[in-house]
This record gives sequence, C-alpha cells and structure tokens, in this order.
Amino acid sequence: MTEERSGANILVESLVKQGVEVVFGYPGGAVLPIYDALFGDERLRHILVRHEAGAAHAAEGYARSTGKPGVVLVTSGPGATNAITGIADAFMDSIPLVIITGQVPTGLIGSDAFQEADTVGISRHCTKHNYLVKDPSELAAIIDEAFQIATSGRPGPVLIDIPKDVQIASAPWNDAPAQRRQRYAPRTEGSAEEIAQAVEMIAQAKAPVLYTGGGVINSGPRATALLRELQEKTGAPVTSTLMGLGAFPADHPDWLGMLGMHGTYEANLAMNQADLIVCIGARFDDRVTGRLDAFAPNSEKIHIDIDRASINKTVPVDLPIIGDCAKVLDQILTLWGDRKGQDLTAWKARVQEWRGKDSLYFPLSDKAIMPQLAVQRLFELTKDKNPVISTEVGQHQMWAAQYFHFFGPNKWLTSGGLGTMGYGLPAAIGAQLGNPDSLVIDIAGDASIQMNIQELGTATQYRLPVKVFILNNEWMGMVRQWQELTYESRYSQSYSDSLPDFVKLAEAYGWKGIRIENESQLDAGIQEMIDYDGPVIVDCLVAKESNCFPMIPSGAAHTEMILYGDTVAGTMDDEAKALV
Amino acid sequence: MMHIKQEAEERHVLTITVDNEAGILAKIAGLFTARGYNIDSLTVADITENHAVSRITIVTHGPPSQIDQIHAQLERLVPVHKVVDLTEVGPYVQRELALIKVTGVGEKRVEALRIAGVFRARPVDTTTGSFIFELTGAPDKIDSFVALMRDLGLVEVGRTGIVAMIRGQHEA
Repeated sequence: MTEERSGANILVESLVKQGVEVVFGYPGGAVLPIYDALFGDERLRHILVRHEAGAAHAAEGYARSTGKPGVVLVTSGPGATNAITGIADAFMDSIPLVIITGQVPTGLIGSDAFQEADTVGISRHCTKHNYLVKDPSELAAIIDEAFQIATSGRPGPVLIDIPKDVQIASAPWNDAPAQRRQRYAPRTEGSAEEIAQAVEMIAQAKAPVLYTGGGVINSGPRATALLRELQEKTGAPVTSTLMGLGAFPADHPDWLGMLGMHGTYEANLAMNQADLIVCIGARFDDRVTGRLDAFAPNSEKIHIDIDRASINKTVPVDLPIIGDCAKVLDQILTLWGDRKGQDLTAWKARVQEWRGKDSLYFPLSDKAIMPQLAVQRLFELTKDKNPVISTEVGQHQMWAAQYFHFFGPNKWLTSGGLGTMGYGLPAAIGAQLGNPDSLVIDIAGDASIQMNIQELGTATQYRLPVKVFILNNEWMGMVRQWQELTYESRYSQSYSDSLPDFVKLAEAYGWKGIRIENESQLDAGIQEMIDYDGPVIVDCLVAKESNCFPMIPSGAAHTEMILYGDTVAGTMDDEAKALV
Repeated sequence: MMHIKQEAEERHVLTITVDNEAGILAKIAGLFTARGYNIDSLTVADITENHAVSRITIVTHGPPSQIDQIHAQLERLVPVHKVVDLTEVGPYVQRELALIKVTGVGEKRVEALRIAGVFRARPVDTTTGSFIFELTGAPDKIDSFVALMRDLGLVEVGRTGIVAMIRGQHEA
C-alpha cells in the first residue's frame, strides 16, 4: 500500500528496514523534523552523545566490534563539521558508517544561512560517497544505496545531507523494496589464472610471510578462519598491521607479532628477508614499509585487496588479486587442496633466531610502573573475559598493540590510518552498546583521553560499564619520544601541564575512579576495575619518560630497528625529518 | 640541507564516463587536487539523450605510477562508470577548439590572414582593425598558430581543452 509520508518519516522507516538498531546523534535546528519522527519510536535506540565527534567515533566502535554499519545523525553546520574527524577516520580505516546530516532548507542553501556549511563539499574527500537529497521521493533509494556502498567493497563512510524542507515535505512511501540503482558492483573474486599463479608462487616459496591487515577483519569472521587454514596448510609465519590484529591468534607458534614502525624484530626481519610476501587486506602503509627503496628487497609479492587503488600505490607487486579476502582465500585454498609447500625448516630457524632478540624486552623499574608492564598485567588479568579493547593514539596505543594479545577478530578498535586522539572513549561506548555483555576497555593516555572526555557523560546516561585505563605519564608521550630522538630532547609543548584529577573527574560524572601509584597496587587496581559493575577510570601513574621500542626511525629500513638499550643519536638528517 | 626531488613525467589523456549528478565535476576535479595530481585541461558535457551520462576528457601529467593511481582512484568513485586511458590504449584522435583575437593594420593584418589560411583558421568576427579566428585541431597545431600570432597583434586566446576518441571502429 502506498501512502504519503514526510521525508523524516521515510528516513526513519528506511533505517529500520536496513536493520539499524542504534543511532548515535545530537539534535539541532536542521534535524528537528527527524528527531520528532524518532520521538517515542521504540525500534531505533538513539544514543545522545556530548559532541558530534563522539557520535562518529562511537559509531565506528560499534561497527568495528559488531561488523554492522554504524549510523550517525547530526545537525547542519557545526554538527556536520564536528563529525568530520570521525568520518575521515572511518574513511582511512575502512569502517562502514552511514552519516545523516541536516542541512538548511533547499531555498537557503548558498545564502550563508544560520548553521549552514557546505557539508557535501567538506566531506567529499573523506567519504566513500555522499549525497545531497533534494526531494523526499529520492530518499528511500538513496538510503538503500548508501548502506550498500558503506558495507560492500572496501567499506567506508557514506554521508546523506538532507535539507530541512526535504525532511518535512512528503512523498509516496510503501513497504516494497527500494528501487536501488545497480551501479556499484565491486569485484570480489580473483580470476582462475590469478589464483593458479598465487598457489604456484606460495608452493614454491622457501621463505614466505603472510602479511595481513584490516581487510581480513572487514571481510568477516570467515576470512579469519580461512587465514588460519591457509597458514596451517602452508606453515608460513604470519604478521599483521595494527588494523589487522586479532585476525590470527597471538599465541600461535607461527605468529610474528605486529610489523612496522613499532613492530617486532622478527616480523620486520622476516618481511625484509622473505622470498614471498602474501599481503592480505593490507595496504603497504608508510608505517609498515619504512624506507620504500629498502622494503622487502628480495621478495615477490602477492597483494589481495578489494580496492584496486591500493594496489601498486606505494609498493609495486608481482601478482595483484582484486577481491574480497574471504573469497580469494577460499579460492586459493580450494585449488591448494592437499598440496605440500616447500620445506620451511631453515626459514623458521632464522625466524626463531630473530625472536631470540626479544625485541619487546623492557627493563623494570623499582621507582615507577613501566607502562609496558601495566598493559601486560591488564592483559593477564582480563584475557579470560575475551575483552574488547579500544585505544586512543600515541605511545599507549603502541604498547597496547605490542603487549595486549588478541585471539579473534573485532576485539581491537584503534585509529590506525588517521591516528585520531580522542577516538578510544567514544569507540568503547559504541562497542559496549553493540556488545552489552563484554568487558570493554579503552587503553588511553593522559593527553588523548582529554580530547573527547565529555563522552564520560554518555556512558553514565546509558549505564554503560566501559573502563578507561589511562597510562598517565604526564606527557604527550609519542611527541616527547620523537622530540627526544630527533630534536635533541627539545620538548616543545609536549608536556601535559595542568592535568585534571582523573579520579575526581570520574566521580564528577558518576563513574568510579581508581588511582594506581605503584606496582604493588597494580593488580589489585586492575581487579577492582574489572569487578566494578559500572564505568571506571583507572589513572595508572607510569614511568614518565619511557620510550616505545622497538622502533624503526622515520626514513629507516626494516633492518635498522632501535631496540631497548641501543644508543640513540638524538638527531636526524633533514631528509628523515621531512617524512611523516 | 634538503631539496625537493622531481620525477620524470608523462602526458596522458583520460576519458571518464560518469553519472551526470550534482557535484560530480567537483568530485573529480577535487580528487586531483586532494591527491596532488595535475590537470592540464578538462572538458565535460553530457552525451546521452536523457542527460544522464556525461563524458569528461582530462589531460594530466605525472610519473607513470601516478597515472596508474589516477586511473584507479577515478574508478573507485561511485558515479564513475568507466575510465579509459587513451594514451595507454591508443592510437586516438584529439581535437581542441580555440578562438584567437588579433588586432593590427596594414602588413601585419595581411600576414595574419595569410597564416590563418595556411592553418585553416576561420575568421568569425572582423572589424577594420581586428579578427577573431576560430581554429580546430590538435593542441600543438593551436600552440603553433598562437605563437605565430604573437608578433602579429595577438590580444586574447580562448581554448576549450581537448576532446579525444580512440581510432578505429570500436568503443574504447
């Protein structure tokens, strides 16, 4: 049956039809008709954030931890611009979001109206696609296509800008499926020749490495299972990018740990010495490759990626396979059958030798808690609960990646590509909503946590028992570390002066606050956090000037890693300084 | 001391068929600026009866690896149907239209008209002291003509940028 409905109403019905359960948003003038349509609707749960950046990051956390798209609803102008950082973050890390923004009425667009911003223009290069809806009769089809684009191919954020008059005006609506335009059909499978060549290359390799990334997680749990199967069949050691942690179990004997700038010695050396690199859903990011002309110089490379633009972008590969990780892995495994690869004993012995470097070693201190130790204890005391971990950005993020271990996908939420401080708390809130029974912990730093600290109120309002574990060293630690290593310890503006009392801050928001000041309080403090049935901030005071090692300095090769105890020059040439 | 390095570059002609929707031109031109690619010329017009599809011709230059990235990045845009790198697929025909205003009297005016004849440039506006010539051709032909007019009273040049198409009976 067809009836006339308002644009706002069509939007709400369309979201319900897409299976949306949670919307992260903040009301304002240009979305009042939508908020009115949501009023009293039990089918959609609206989570009121405290800042629109929080809405976008919370939706990311929800999406990353559940595999479902995250939905954001914000007003025009500042509502939309505040959300942009989260949208750009989702674009870099391939997180499926659908963002609904209000816009000034059609007739006022371009007139510098109150709370007007060119949202479509501003978001053009940080969304996978965006729309300005000019007629409510287009809404149903646009929303349907937006969800398809956000969730298929390489996932990403899709923004729909809806002027206020379009929300109020009516159009025919019926329950029939929307008439989607059939124009987005990413390639998902490799060709028979490509698969045959891949199998041949893997079978011939004497020193192979599986280099996996966030694409394996995005592809879904099946890709994770198939990756493990491929590893079992071939025996190849596995490393992963920051975004891919959890796709391969960290307690497996062939797990190398994370690679790249703060990756393990064995992972980076294995990449450097491999004769074959099978890149699965990763993109040869600059944080992974180090100096490009010295990256994996003797290897052939297979690159499996759903995004054609990721292929040959920075590193030329021998065999690109454009497709979905799960599908391509399945194709490779089917053709592989009962084949036997080369004998990898010698290769694994070399890997074992590199492991012997114990690159994650750090010296304990009797004066202060080493931050690495704090993460290790947090891991040991929570691992049985299979927690979801989010992070902010900086040293604590790298320590979490190095010393917290993951055994399955969707448990690790971090801002990898954009490196957004302030991501972790709202992401944890989103993850807790999607996983109400899980232990969700934001491993944070004292500087990052303040970037979206207002979201403490969101967790309080919805009684979300998220935990924030702050490694408090009173510095923007990663900035300080780089200044120490490359600018002769000139600590320009990196000291976290005037920090709040995080325990009192927690209490002010109705959270529990715990302070851990020395090692003897560490386990008990963590246990108290776990046992408390509500949100907790742990202010864990750690050694102030610890550096995050191992480290490949900017502009260096994988073979030039700095480990704990190595002497560091304290300066760098201009060529190296100019790199990101 | 550090200096910025330059890489060897190639000129490529790309044709892009796109959904003729609001903002598509900004999306494509913006992709070039956002990712640091170059646009030497860009032409666009809709090419279907119902105005649903447009064809864009872009001339760009850059190192070969960057040209490949441009191709891939363009294909990634949802409203883009097809990208053809004519320089890669070639051979192709390229044409550009120019309007060239020349003022002068006496010898120079006669010479301008004579050279226009050689280039098959057509006077589309004439006063006793000026001509506007219309010239169609490959860009280098127009370059040559404009260069010759410089000494003969060149006042103003308008160029469309090229449209291009693959030679032979098949669609690229």
